Amino acid sequence: MNINLTLIGQLLAFAVFVWFTMKYIWTPIMGALETRKKEIADGLVAAERGQHEQELAKERAKDVLHEAKSQAAEIVAQAQKRAAEIVDESKDTARTEGERILTAAQAEIEQESNRAREHLREKIGELAVAGAEKILRKEINATAHKDIVNELAQEI
Amino acid sequence: MAGDTLTSSGYIKHHLTNLTFGKHPDGSWGIAQSAAEAKEMGFWAIHVDTMFWSIGLGILFLYFFSKTAKQATAGVPNGLQNFVEWLVDFIDESVRGSFSARNALVAPLALTIFVWIFLQNLMDLVPVDVIPELAKLLGIHYMKVVPSTDPNATFGMAIGVFILVLFYSIKIKGIGGFAGELTLQPFSSNNVLVNILFIPVNFILEFVSLIAKPISLALRLFGNMYAGEMIFILIAIMYNAGLILGLFGGVLQLGWAIFHILIITLQAFIFMTLTIVYLDMAHHEH
Repeated sequence: MNINLTLIGQLLAFAVFVWFTMKYIWTPIMGALETRKKEIADGLVAAERGQHEQELAKERAKDVLHEAKSQAAEIVAQAQKRAAEIVDESKDTARTEGERILTAAQAEIEQESNRAREHLREKIGELAVAGAEKILRKEINATAHKDIVNELAQEI
Repeated sequence: MAGDTLTSSGYIKHHLTNLTFGKHPDGSWGIAQSAAEAKEMGFWAIHVDTMFWSIGLGILFLYFFSKTAKQATAGVPNGLQNFVEWLVDFIDESVRGSFSARNALVAPLALTIFVWIFLQNLMDLVPVDVIPELAKLLGIHYMKVVPSTDPNATFGMAIGVFILVLFYSIKIKGIGGFAGELTLQPFSSNNVLVNILFIPVNFILEFVSLIAKPISLALRLFGNMYAGEMIFILIAIMYNAGLILGLFGGVLQLGWAIFHILIITLQAFIFMTLTIVYLDMAHHEH
């Protein structure tokens, strides 16, 4: 319990400890704490910015989607219109083709009936000659009356 | 234990004697072999145990903290860094709370005071006989392990704080301002003659309150730790007084040690807070 040189020794040790703490402990630790504080603050700001950007992107995506939808609708409408046109066109084509075929067929039919009529006329002529021959065999010579028969056949 | 040949008062005295190295009255230097011899050495002697334990603990504190500080990163802190940062943050908050001026010295000073005093006080929780008995095996007769039960240690720190208080008082307010603070209040008058009459009265009052700062700092810590140590020693005496009293002493020691955890922390905190407050007062006009 005596006050002695220990007092001075303790005072000096205390001074050295305080100096050491100030230089090698307090400053670096406060520095690290400050840096961390700043980093956290920066991180929070960055997060907020990111969130804002995400919101903007969402908005933009919505716009793009909307536009795409309207474009798609337009395309579908155009396609439908075009399809209707094609259908109409083909209907027209079919109708004209049918008419053409019909006309050709009618022409052929007429030709055919003409030919048959000619044929029939010849046949009737022959039949008439044959009939007349049979009738006239008894009375007249066939050769003598051939001109008349032919004239008759022409008139049929 | 203290041995059968020792009386209780001898045991207590033995525990309260520092290992003193100094100049014997006959002129030779050496370790004092008794309390009386240590007293005869007067001022030119040093308490080897106080110096050893306090500086050892201080170096322990500085080693761990500076190691952490060197590796301190702004990233995710590890366990020790976490602890150190928590403590540094706590001290920083205390300083911010009571110290309004700007001074880079105050916070590290507060940290040193708090941790160093806490570690010194912590030695009180080591059972009183363990280290002295080990020292006896090494041939060292006296060993007082709690530095803060040595008034030299507490006054050393308190005087260090007092020097800082004086230094900053004069630095901030100037010698005139500081002298005015000591002499022109609390009593003052518009009449110059009356004011001059007030000067000695004011000076006595202010000087006492100024000098009371380091003395109260040192004696508060010393008194608390000395009393705590004394109670541990008294409890330890009970171990010699039979089985039942010995067991009772064990319970008492445990209880007192648990209570003492509060005291050692509180005393370190009070010393630190009052240091901050005194330095704050040194930075401000009243």
